[in-house]
Amino acid sequence: MEFLRPATWDEALAVKAEYPTALPISGGTDVMVEMNFDVHRPSAILDLNRITELSQWEITGDVVKLGASVPYSRIIDELSGPLPGLALAAHTVGSPQIRNRGGVGGNLGAASPAGDSHPALLAAGRDVFVEVASVRGTRMIAIDDFYVGVKRNSMEQDELIRAVHIPVADGPQQFSKIGTRNAMVIAVCAFGFALHPKNGTVGTGIGSAAPTPRRAVEAEEYLQGVLAERGLWESGDLLGTEVIQKFGELVKAAASPIDDVRGTADYRRHALAVMARRTLTWTWNDYSKQIRSAA
Amino acid sequence: MSTRTIQGQKNLQDIRQASKDGIGGSPLRPDGTLKVRGEFAYSSDMWHEDMLWGMALRSPHPRADILSVDISEALKVPGVYAVLTHNDIPGSKYYGLEIQDQPALAIDKVRYHGEAIALVAADHPETARRAVKKIKVEYEVLAPIVTEEQCLNPEVYGYVHEPHEYKSHGSGNIVHSQKLVSGGGVTDEIRALADVIVKGDYEVGMQDQAFLGPESGLAVPAEDGGIDLYVATQWLHVDRQQMAPVLALPEEKVRLTLAGVGGAFGGREDLSMQIHACLLAQHTGKPVKIVYSRDESFFGHVHRHPAKMTYEHGATRDGKLVFADARIVLDGGAYASASPAVVGNAASLGHGPYVIPNVRMEAIALYSNNPSCGAMRGFGAVQAAFAYESQMDKLAAELGMDPVELRQLNAMAEGDYMPTGQQIDSPAPVAELLQRVKDMPLPPPLDLDNLDIRQIPGALSNTSHGEGIVRGIGYSVGIKNVGFSEGFDDYSTARVRIEVIGGEPVAMVHTAMAEVGQGGVTVHAQIVRTELGVEQVTIHPANTEVGSAGSTSASRQTYMTGGAVKLAAEAVKQAVIDKGRRRYGWTQNDLTLAGGKVVSESQGSLISIVDLLGDEAIDLTREHHHRPTVPFDKETGQGFGHVQYTFCANRAVVDVDVELGLVKVVELTAAQDVGKALNPLSVVGQIQGGCTQALGLAVMEEIIVKDGKVRNASFTDYLIPTILDTPPIPVDVLELPDPHAPYGLRGVGEAPTVSATPSIVAAIRAATGLALNRIPVRPEHLTGTL
Repeated sequence: MEFLRPATWDEALAVKAEYPTALPISGGTDVMVEMNFDVHRPSAILDLNRITELSQWEITGDVVKLGASVPYSRIIDELSGPLPGLALAAHTVGSPQIRNRGGVGGNLGAASPAGDSHPALLAAGRDVFVEVASVRGTRMIAIDDFYVGVKRNSMEQDELIRAVHIPVADGPQQFSKIGTRNAMVIAVCAFGFALHPKNGTVGTGIGSAAPTPRRAVEAEEYLQGVLAERGLWESGDLLGTEVIQKFGELVKAAASPIDDVRGTADYRRHALAVMARRTLTWTWNDYSKQIRSAA
Repeated sequence: MSTRTIQGQKNLQDIRQASKDGIGGSPLRPDGTLKVRGEFAYSSDMWHEDMLWGMALRSPHPRADILSVDISEALKVPGVYAVLTHNDIPGSKYYGLEIQDQPALAIDKVRYHGEAIALVAADHPETARRAVKKIKVEYEVLAPIVTEEQCLNPEVYGYVHEPHEYKSHGSGNIVHSQKLVSGGGVTDEIRALADVIVKGDYEVGMQDQAFLGPESGLAVPAEDGGIDLYVATQWLHVDRQQMAPVLALPEEKVRLTLAGVGGAFGGREDLSMQIHACLLAQHTGKPVKIVYSRDESFFGHVHRHPAKMTYEHGATRDGKLVFADARIVLDGGAYASASPAVVGNAASLGHGPYVIPNVRMEAIALYSNNPSCGAMRGFGAVQAAFAYESQMDKLAAELGMDPVELRQLNAMAEGDYMPTGQQIDSPAPVAELLQRVKDMPLPPPLDLDNLDIRQIPGALSNTSHGEGIVRGIGYSVGIKNVGFSEGFDDYSTARVRIEVIGGEPVAMVHTAMAEVGQGGVTVHAQIVRTELGVEQVTIHPANTEVGSAGSTSASRQTYMTGGAVKLAAEAVKQAVIDKGRRRYGWTQNDLTLAGGKVVSESQGSLISIVDLLGDEAIDLTREHHHRPTVPFDKETGQGFGHVQYTFCANRAVVDVDVELGLVKVVELTAAQDVGKALNPLSVVGQIQGGCTQALGLAVMEEIIVKDGKVRNASFTDYLIPTILDTPPIPVDVLELPDPHAPYGLRGVGEAPTVSATPSIVAAIRAATGLALNRIPVRPEHLTGTL
């Protein structure tokens, strides 16, 4: 097995072009587990740890550019304000040791439907972009176009993930995840939700309940319609149980889960509806408070 | 209600204040700090010059005929030194704990998913792994025999072991069975005496010991043609007894030394890599190390028997039990392992710590193509306790009685009889233990205004901010035997030596006891300090140079090997005093050893041990046998079958998110009688650990097997409790001495694992109102989404 250690981003792209089957590794929290289980024995490993820019983030205007290797523990500590949904998701990743090593780039590269970042990224809006690059140039892939199949993303073989561009939150965001124990657990299913008052939209993300992470499109459209028609963005008034209930049912309907060792499809659908109702309630309560205190 | 005075009740505060390092004190364990700091040398850390790495090829099928095995390509891999199949075994091809029914390497067929077929030794583990992949096995895959229905109809579904191959007393696909009848049994006339009858069907999933240190060891060929094996195990001598015939060596040429053990819980009672590493070392003439990966570990040891149980209880209107009837079906999997003993425990302990005038029971273990099941903490008793304690709650509800009062009304006490006819001839404070957990203060209710999200179901997964959460409280009590039963003489041996080193009297303890985390090495030193009055005690590495110490299981080591250390130390003490009598003509009959001196109670210090011994060492070995027991009668289950009984009671307080089916155990209280706490800190630790393992069985731990195939052989999907799942576990320790036991002690390790699970399920039932007849309880059970 070749072990490749480029010192710079350009060098990394050149190496990836030369060894397109090389598996990129940063924290190793997914790659090493798969190797231990003998799931993958890549011909080459491309170690990105020398490329410091991958572990940095910056905010330009209203967008956070999050380096692919920024570990979850730093997302929690440093980005809870601009990226509250992702920070909540980061809290649920593995153990402290895993959170110190793993980052969003690995989640995106593996593109597992159970990755904890995905629902939060989807919920953060349609203008979340994954920045990928190769010797051929740079592409910005919209998050909605990124996940294309079970553990498959829309990257080319010679591309590497450099960063994720995520709009700074302009409203409350939430993330909930089901596991059958109270810590250090892979998602049975997960749900991310965000209010985007600036453009009058809401964001959803479903994890571990379909072949790919996915958005509950009808639930979003229904809720956006209600919020707009009833002038609720302006008033901050209560949504009412009927709206919350309906939203939960639409999220449930958007999932297409399977039965596996972690849970049944029925349970996943049921739990998604509950999480959707609860996260909507929490975010709306927070939003109402903001509106009322501003008034 | 017990009228006995409770002596020496201890809590954690008392324990921390205890300072003496003899018995009753809580000196810290010698391996504790090393383990916490990651500096302890486990068996997987061993290294030897020129050593090879061994690896097994395992079956992907639960049942198949092996048509051919082609090792030629594997042998061609550079760095490979040997590839072995059963054809290369020099001696007997079968081994087993109780019944020699398991081939060391599969012979013409495989009977479970993961069965070892061939072995490779190579100069690097990665080379071995690649070579294993090059072994070509041609299978004819057969439909696995996995359900009770399939097992019990061998004419239709086939035999796991052909009848002519049977080495047990079993028949069909039943490896062992035990019936029991007492009083008038359970007949229509007896049933008619009950005002209320409750019935239930209960199921227990397959729990794993989930020890963290995978199976590992190092086999070193010796010049005399023998083998030295350094291995993590639970019983060195029984390993050797099973290994020697397969290796075609006399037992004295198979020498075992205990290597660092990373947990056991019964999972190391059977052999795993021992024979394999030795076969490879014999063939290559080189040291061979085998370390299982985590997934191989799940295939490399036996698990807790899954159980299906049918129970029926009858009582009078005022709550007195009239009869109890039960049938327990345990899935033993492909090979016998400890199944006969598990059946014996299930049958004899399966009606719990209750006085029941009329009893019937049948327990059986099946042969199937599921993973082999055998010893795990509390075996036989754990499964049954879930059923009988669920029945007690059901009966209490039916009668409108308090569940604790119902249990206390029927609780056994000293002088009562087990359904086996064995009289309980030492304290059995069952009602008292229940009262103690009931009387402990309850944790405060959930404070919704100051919620710490880590303390509620889901924790940082952020599934609730207080919504859907309902609290429930449940109680349970359980019974477990201590030591090996049914006529087995599981004696222990200890060698104690005293000599002067550097001007100090120093004692040494040498046993073959497997220290698997129970703290025996700490306790042995405490016993010697107390008996010989010396401070310096060293523990000799455990090996087969000294006689057997029996197994580190059945809550028996402090009782049995601790007892042997006591006997040997007493003999040494006597020898020291006798030496002084011979030399100085002492005639006092009040002599003992204390503070490094020979002292007379009436006249004070006579001489220091240093001066008395000079250059001479006293070195004596003693065996400790428990009182004899007898096998249970096959049809009636009657007999003085158990050495000692042990009891624990629990109260569980849980919060359940009833919408999501998530559970947080808020507090798990335990009260247990330990006879005498030799090391109170370790005793409390054992009880808390046992409760935690029981919590795992209640709400998460299960090996999921579908059509004979293991689906979750990893710690990603076989979940064990984390610290966020583990609640505060207040422990109330009683010390009511057992006159038959050394120091009056009672085995500790298993009772809480028996009793705690049902209390947690009872609490979840209280929160949800659901029947919950299967463990582990999954979110699907609580939300109707199975």
